[in-house]
Amino acid sequence: MPKLKVDGIEVEVPQGATVLQACEAAGKEIPRFCYHERLSIAGNCRMCLVEVKPGPPKPQASCALPAADNQEVFTTTPMVKNAREGVMEFLLINHPLDCPICDQGGECDLQDQSVAYGKGHSRYTENKRAVTEKYMGPIVKTIMTRCIQCTRCVRFAEEVAGVEEIGAIYRGEDMQITSYLEQAVTSELSGNVVDLCPVGALTSKPYAYEARPWELKKTLTIDVQDAVGTNIRLDSRGRQVLRCVPRINEDVNEEWAHDKTRHHVDGLIRRRLDRPYVRRDGKLAPVSWDEAFAVIKDRVAAAGSNVAAVAGDLVDCETMYAAKALLAKLGSTKLEGRQTGMAYDTSSLAAVNFNTTIAGVEQADAILLVGTNLRWEAPLVNTRIRKAIKKGAKVFAIGPETELTYKVEWLGSDLSLLGNLPEAVATLFGEAKAPLIIVGGAALKGGHGATLDFAKRFNLVREGWNGYNVVHMAASRMGGLMLGYAQAGGIADVTDAAVTFFLGADEVDYTKFGGFKVYVGHHGDAGVDHADVILPGVTYAEKSGTWVNTEGRVQRGERAVFAPGDAREDWTIFRALSEVLGATLPFDSLAGLREAMATEVPALRQVNTLVAFDWNPPSLDTAGQGSLSGYPIKDFYLTNAICRASPTMQRCSAELVHGETFAEAAE
Amino acid sequence: MAEAAHIPDEAETRARWGSFAWTEENQRKANEILARYPKGREQSASIPFLDLAQRQVGAETQTQGWLPVPVIEFVARQIGVPYMRVFEVATFYTMFNLAPVGRYHVQVCGTTPCMLRGSDDVLAACKNRGLVKGGTTPDGMFTLTEVECLGTCANAPMVQINDDNYEDLDYDRTVAVLEALANGETPRTGSTIGRQTSCPEGGPTTLTAMVDANHDYRSEWA
Repeated sequence: MPKLKVDGIEVEVPQGATVLQACEAAGKEIPRFCYHERLSIAGNCRMCLVEVKPGPPKPQASCALPAADNQEVFTTTPMVKNAREGVMEFLLINHPLDCPICDQGGECDLQDQSVAYGKGHSRYTENKRAVTEKYMGPIVKTIMTRCIQCTRCVRFAEEVAGVEEIGAIYRGEDMQITSYLEQAVTSELSGNVVDLCPVGALTSKPYAYEARPWELKKTLTIDVQDAVGTNIRLDSRGRQVLRCVPRINEDVNEEWAHDKTRHHVDGLIRRRLDRPYVRRDGKLAPVSWDEAFAVIKDRVAAAGSNVAAVAGDLVDCETMYAAKALLAKLGSTKLEGRQTGMAYDTSSLAAVNFNTTIAGVEQADAILLVGTNLRWEAPLVNTRIRKAIKKGAKVFAIGPETELTYKVEWLGSDLSLLGNLPEAVATLFGEAKAPLIIVGGAALKGGHGATLDFAKRFNLVREGWNGYNVVHMAASRMGGLMLGYAQAGGIADVTDAAVTFFLGADEVDYTKFGGFKVYVGHHGDAGVDHADVILPGVTYAEKSGTWVNTEGRVQRGERAVFAPGDAREDWTIFRALSEVLGATLPFDSLAGLREAMATEVPALRQVNTLVAFDWNPPSLDTAGQGSLSGYPIKDFYLTNAICRASPTMQRCSAELVHGETFAEAAE
Repeated sequence: MAEAAHIPDEAETRARWGSFAWTEENQRKANEILARYPKGREQSASIPFLDLAQRQVGAETQTQGWLPVPVIEFVARQIGVPYMRVFEVATFYTMFNLAPVGRYHVQVCGTTPCMLRGSDDVLAACKNRGLVKGGTTPDGMFTLTEVECLGTCANAPMVQINDDNYEDLDYDRTVAVLEALANGETPRTGSTIGRQTSCPEGGPTTLTAMVDANHDYRSEWA
């Protein structure tokens, strides 16, 4: 633990820390461009120069200098000030002065730091260099003349995303950052380089020229595109969400977000349901809320207690609870959320939870993936596995081979392998200190019992460590399971209902439902094709809601914008409907609903904490049955109603998944 | 890069070079190169492999050789690293040609020592011979590039042609070297005025008494 002085302030930093980190510990701001906490150290921007004694009488790059005992660091001396001004002047030599037309304006590191540490004027009158634009795919827009060669994007692509497709070619003044042969970067995390870029060289293509950061209202909420529960900030202006950026949460998403999280937002204003509809003579006719409710009332009166609710992938716990409460009033418990017909055992939620926690994956030393394409099902869990591998973890997988961005030993795709592992693998798991299994949706059918048996045989659940994980793909899944949205036989148990409420459920096979279908949702997607009544609800961005992510973390998001037209927050729809049906729900505010919900499921009250599920796995058939032929997600970019409505996601799907090529518009 | 040469169309390049593979002899050399590096450090072979590949392309095309993208990708596959990493190396070093060159790649040094000693004449000789900076002569014989210091300042001015240096040039001797190459001869490499390596021009200027026999200078020290 080196002890050193920064501007006279004594600090103690962990072994291996850099001088820059020591300065931060002392509360001193060190300007930087290339240094980033989550990436390797490059030391090429030279902005973090400080004076260090003992040492040569010249400024030193603090990001690459290890902190040592008895060092004295100065960050405010004339030498340092001069050095920073000099570096800034050099950086600005070839940087265009196009801030007024640059999308980074207002949130640009170079802009901010040149104000704080620059000279204030330029002595350079010669020609600046210009660099041609590079194509990096549908997400990242490039204006490479602005690039200051910090190489953060190159390091991100290599170290975090695991796709070495971005690099620096040529050298010296000719150095250029580009994707390989200017092809689209095939990473689902490519949008992060936009945030990493300290200047306006890499900006967001869908968001180009949309807004200035200071005119946006920032709302903190939770992403619903997958079950990781990425912490996000929605930037909105007026009634429109213009962009989505990740917030830092070390336990969940660190500071990353995948492209679907970032760029589904243009789907929030398209294909929206903004008024109730009733199907008459096979055609949907717009009606008033009262008329729609009246139609439902007749049907429910005839159905009695034979009503059901099917929850979609994106809904919050409040919506599910309101529907559940209404059904309870009507005398039904036919609730189901696993739209695609999954019927895994839910008697113990620990057996379907991501018990290790997402951050905990980094500690693992032996990892077995069963039937999961993590790169698409939970990209931010995949990055954690990459980190575990850097620490020495070995990864094995059962399932059809797919590119996961790291080295995996594929054992085969037959689930019976779980009970019959190769000798070497079994030995490795037997000796591992922190063994881990991650079970995907593909393996839960036919392999749930076998994976639990694997956990038992290799003692995956031990003191201070639970290595049994199920990775879900729907944001509503864990919350739904906690609220009882699961029938023993899966969705087949509810198809006989006379009236079914679909809560934004678009992945359901509607042809199995013979009864009257009420669709409560926000997008004109698969659900509306079959619905008899449509009640317009709101998206996650337009309501305050509670979601439980795949590791059982209860998180709450806030409302960013208001819903279009006559659409109403989902829980108010059920509250209003309950009055019409003569089964009035006992709450008339969101707070009241949450109170009632927390009374029933106390864990949902504990926001930002993990739900403690007791480990008492059910006894299931321990033989793994069947061979995995594929993974549930066929197209990463089009997994739910919002992203299917998003032009950006459609473009990503066409280009990155289906390999279509797009001619670039001449500018 | 002002003088960047034209890289052929990608489809055309892929059609021509897509099936590039080591010749039998180069395969042997490649194995030998790879054996120099510890297991897991195959990436270290990037530069020697690129050089070998460029030479093989040169042998196949009767030129100094260049590195078409499919060949760079072949090298990357050979050492198991992503294409981008090898592409970066190939673009970083000026010794790797990213565009086709002629039979002889004439690299004229134009840095200060050579310029002071008459590299303008050397360039003029090249120009009058029909060579154009950054271009290849129509007969495919010469490609001219002006380069910065090649570290032969003592024998300035100089040109590097493929693997060999020609030093102490003037207008006429440059023409002579180019003519000889064009005629398929191999001119003597090194100094064109017969000086030994970088020894003084016209014989020793110091320690002259030691040229023929040993001589003890100690008694002459002041």
